Amino acid sequence: MTDLAQLELDLIQAIGQTATTTEVEALRVQALGKTGTISGLLKGMGAMSPEERREKGPMINGLRDRVGAALAAKKAELEAAELDARLLAERIDLTLPAPPRRRGSVHPTMQVMDEMIALFAEMGFAVAEGPDIEDDFHNFTALNFPPKHPAREMHDTFFLKPDPETGERKVLRTHTSPVQIRAMRAGEKAPAPWIASGQEPPIRIIAPGRTFRKDSDATHTPMFHQIEGLVIDRDIHMGHLKGTLEAFVARFFEMDQVDARFRPHHFPFTEPSAEMDIRCDRSGGRLRLNEGEDWMEILGCGMVHPKVLIACGLDPDEWQGFAFGMGVDRLAMLKYGIPDLRPMFDADTRWLAHYGFSAFAAPNLATGLS
Amino acid sequence: MKFTLDWLKDHLDTEADVETVARAMTMAGLEVEDVIDPVAKLAPFTVARIVSAEQHPNADRLRVCQVETVDGMKEIVCGAPNARAGLVTIYAPIGAYVPGLGVTLVEKPVRGVVSNGMLCSASELELSDESDGILDLPGDLTVGRPAAGVFGAQPVIDFEVTPNRPDWLGVAGIARDLAAAGLGTLKTPAIEAVPGAFPSPLSIRIERPDLCAVFAGRLIRGVRNGPSPQWLQDRLRAIGLRPISALVDITNLVSYDRARPLHVYDASKLVGGELVARGGQSARDSGEPEHLIALDGKTYAPGPNACVIADAAGERPIGLGGVMGGESTGCDEATVDVFVESAWFDPLATAQTGRDLGIISDAQYRFARGVDPASVVPGLELATALILELCGGEPSEMVVAGEAPASPASFAFDPARVERLTGLEVGDEQIADILTALGFQIARGDHWIVTPPSWRRDVEGPADLVEEVARIVGYDALPSTPLPETQRAPSGVLSPRQARMRTARRALAALGWREAVTWSFTSRKIAQLFGGGDERLVLDNPIASDLDCMRPSALPNLIQAAARNAARGHADAALFEIGPVYAGDRPQDQTTTITGVLAPHAPRAWTGAPVDPLFALKADLLALLEELGAPVASLQLVQGQNPGWWHPGRSARLQLGPKAVVAQFGALHPGVLKALDADGPMLAFEIVLDTLPQPRAAKSGSKARPAAELSALMPLTRDFAFVAPEDLVAGDLMRAVQGADKALISEARLFDLYRGKGVDDGMKSLAVEVVIQPREATLTEAEIEALSTKIVAAADKLGARLRS
Repeated sequence: MTDLAQLELDLIQAIGQTATTTEVEALRVQALGKTGTISGLLKGMGAMSPEERREKGPMINGLRDRVGAALAAKKAELEAAELDARLLAERIDLTLPAPPRRRGSVHPTMQVMDEMIALFAEMGFAVAEGPDIEDDFHNFTALNFPPKHPAREMHDTFFLKPDPETGERKVLRTHTSPVQIRAMRAGEKAPAPWIASGQEPPIRIIAPGRTFRKDSDATHTPMFHQIEGLVIDRDIHMGHLKGTLEAFVARFFEMDQVDARFRPHHFPFTEPSAEMDIRCDRSGGRLRLNEGEDWMEILGCGMVHPKVLIACGLDPDEWQGFAFGMGVDRLAMLKYGIPDLRPMFDADTRWLAHYGFSAFAAPNLATGLS
Repeated sequence: MKFTLDWLKDHLDTEADVETVARAMTMAGLEVEDVIDPVAKLAPFTVARIVSAEQHPNADRLRVCQVETVDGMKEIVCGAPNARAGLVTIYAPIGAYVPGLGVTLVEKPVRGVVSNGMLCSASELELSDESDGILDLPGDLTVGRPAAGVFGAQPVIDFEVTPNRPDWLGVAGIARDLAAAGLGTLKTPAIEAVPGAFPSPLSIRIERPDLCAVFAGRLIRGVRNGPSPQWLQDRLRAIGLRPISALVDITNLVSYDRARPLHVYDASKLVGGELVARGGQSARDSGEPEHLIALDGKTYAPGPNACVIADAAGERPIGLGGVMGGESTGCDEATVDVFVESAWFDPLATAQTGRDLGIISDAQYRFARGVDPASVVPGLELATALILELCGGEPSEMVVAGEAPASPASFAFDPARVERLTGLEVGDEQIADILTALGFQIARGDHWIVTPPSWRRDVEGPADLVEEVARIVGYDALPSTPLPETQRAPSGVLSPRQARMRTARRALAALGWREAVTWSFTSRKIAQLFGGGDERLVLDNPIASDLDCMRPSALPNLIQAAARNAARGHADAALFEIGPVYAGDRPQDQTTTITGVLAPHAPRAWTGAPVDPLFALKADLLALLEELGAPVASLQLVQGQNPGWWHPGRSARLQLGPKAVVAQFGALHPGVLKALDADGPMLAFEIVLDTLPQPRAAKSGSKARPAAELSALMPLTRDFAFVAPEDLVAGDLMRAVQGADKALISEARLFDLYRGKGVDDGMKSLAVEVVIQPREATLTEAEIEALSTKIVAAADKLGARLRS
């Protein structure tokens, strides 16, 4: 055996016996480093005769290549093994729970208000607001509830203490209809920037907000929410009222069509007046819309009473239009199967979690309302 | 208002069944609330005759009867003591639902003998409350006759009378509308005048025509006032009234038949020859208000604007006019001479008297809504005729004082208004027919002049007539017309403020807060704890004493809600509310706040202590303000100036200046929590939406943003540790560091706060990472050194020394 062959054998053997990448590196330096054995042989080639170089050159280069390859292979093998071992040691228990993250939610009444606003916005309605504490004029007189009239008694009004000087008693608004008055009285300056200011017709607004009646039982709370609608123009008639509300109700309940009926009713501030019912089936304790023989009242509406127009400085021979009002909480209950009204205002986190909506369920016409 | 179908048929010639009537009423605006149909209930039951009754082989008290029924001969087991051969009674077949028992009959043996049906008692058919034995009916009734016919059972309709239609408080008025709606022909019997046989010995004087405009009366002498006949008693009972005596029952009948309340006085109990209609008065000497015991047995003290009927030269109160008669002059079985009153009392005054005295009666209800003033005399004639028919007697001539209020005024009406206001195409002839059927008089010319009938004081103008036509034609016929297209607001329909409420709601929900909606009220005591409770915001008639004041803040309601949740075992509530608060009773005193309350009881976690909840809340608050477009970088944080309901050392406010406070946050005062029965600690924030400055884009109106500056140069960081006295607040140090070179320092982050070994007492160590963003070229070591020197100098000015 030549010296070269012996050297190769020894090196390959030594490589085979290494157990760490550090040992492999040490061997590499020993053989292929600057002063390594094979490097020495390569350098020695410079002193050789051309014949000797022709003979031994390929053998030395071959030795260098093979040992180099063996070193690289061994290094790769050991690195892989070391990584495996490290990864094995790094194993953790991923069944451990993630840190708790508080869940938030949107109140169903507010979700439904946002739904209604989205639908009416699409029909060209702007959103107007008015104060919760109203004067008698806006809440009653301008809406054709004359002083002392029995119709006022239907409203179970909350009063503030009388003003010591004038004796005037402010009321908590019993409906959102006073916003109609604020929106129609063009001469009246809004007392605050957020409050609807009077505008010249045409008018097309909705007015959502809190309303108050002194009533508390299973189906009534002293505070609840309404959304008011008002459309005033030269030629808006009751057919527009019907068309608008039928379209709204169908889209609100996310149905192609809702079987609805309008029937005469009485409100002091509309003439003619109507209530809108939708067909429903209440059998078995479950409410199904568009089925059965029952009717459920869902809103009141009508053509704005001439006296209301006059109180707002509009000529009823020139301007006319419709108004409607509906209970937001009640429609939320109907749509989302919420059985009781009272828990709506109790802030029980379990209830809010169950009936609430995700932050990202913002109603819009692209993804649907809810 | 309740009435029976046969009563309606006294006024309306119709073949319609009760369901059809009810539907027509609802669609004409008389909203039916309930139809009680004993006819349907009694449908399975028929007349039967017992042919034989034998002792049951296995039971002493039972009999086995052979019964002739509508279904042929049946063997029926019966336990009634009166079951005997020849008895005519009521038979229920197998399968019938027996309302009084609440069971459906099934074929099953009774002590070994199969009973093929049942013989019924009155209570089993719900015809009476109790009964002893099965029904014992007249022997001439034919077998198989329906029970409903035998008992004269009538369907009862209950409906809502809207306040504008007092004429619907009489069956005649209901019939008129149904006739106009095409349900039949009106046939209300005409009222004939009854001539008086002698002059009335009693006269009437009206002192207060504002309370009682007209008062008619007459004496009928020699009446016999016993129980009223069965048909009248049945009619009253069917609608829930208690028969009393013929005279009283007649007044109730006329009240429900013609919406015409009456009153009867026992003339023998009247003092003097004159009845006076006046206001309530007080004794001249003592000033003591007068008292009156009414027919309900209660004592009332009518005020000066309540109408009092008095005798004894106007001195003795004997009735509350239009509300209730007095006990002292009431009719009873012994009444021989009766004085009948038919008057017109002012609606508003009667309503007020009812409210003031707390009386609701059928008469008060009708007068308050407005009785037809033209019915004064005809009502009295009708009552006279009925009294003569049922009680006999001899009538005096009528006496009438006062004058009926003027009839509703005529006005011009253009029939084209119907289509213009409703979209309904109705011909002039049909419009005229409908209005005429409802009692309106029309003079047709270029313009129509329409006169409403005396009973329609609600009709004041053309819009009212349009409603009459539309509801009789039927709202089903209304077209369904889409709204005309309109100009849309190019930037959306919500104002920036409204849009912000929506953003805040969804941002907070995304940050883990649950939206609550709580009352606008609280108790005045609690309101005072939160800077409210002003006299002007106290309710005069609260629903409960702890809800008697408009809230100055949503905090107390949310604190109480969190406490309720804790009491239910859920101590970790994070609640928010976006809603109104009230600083006064004027519209501009109402502002909208975004309020959050957090009970910091997050469950323990294996990962160790999370961020201090107060700073987590601060992070949420800043994230929210950022979402709302508030100028977060310009906000100053001021500590120690929050109002008293905040923890003095653990609360702060964010402001643009001393008068532009945007938000407050921190821990709530433990004393306030205790006063609210809430376990602390609780953390909160409150943003006043109305003082939040508008986002810049909203102000300028431009949506375009400035060009982005995206540096190609790598930012670098340098750490500094400062030792500072305890009273130097971190915010000041950070601002100084950041301000050392505003061009180069893009951010400074505090990453360590240390007190203890190596730091002197009364001092703290603050470690800050400064992010340096080169602008034009990479910084040299010398430039970085110079910047570091500036930073150290800026800190040094505040007394913070670089830690060695």
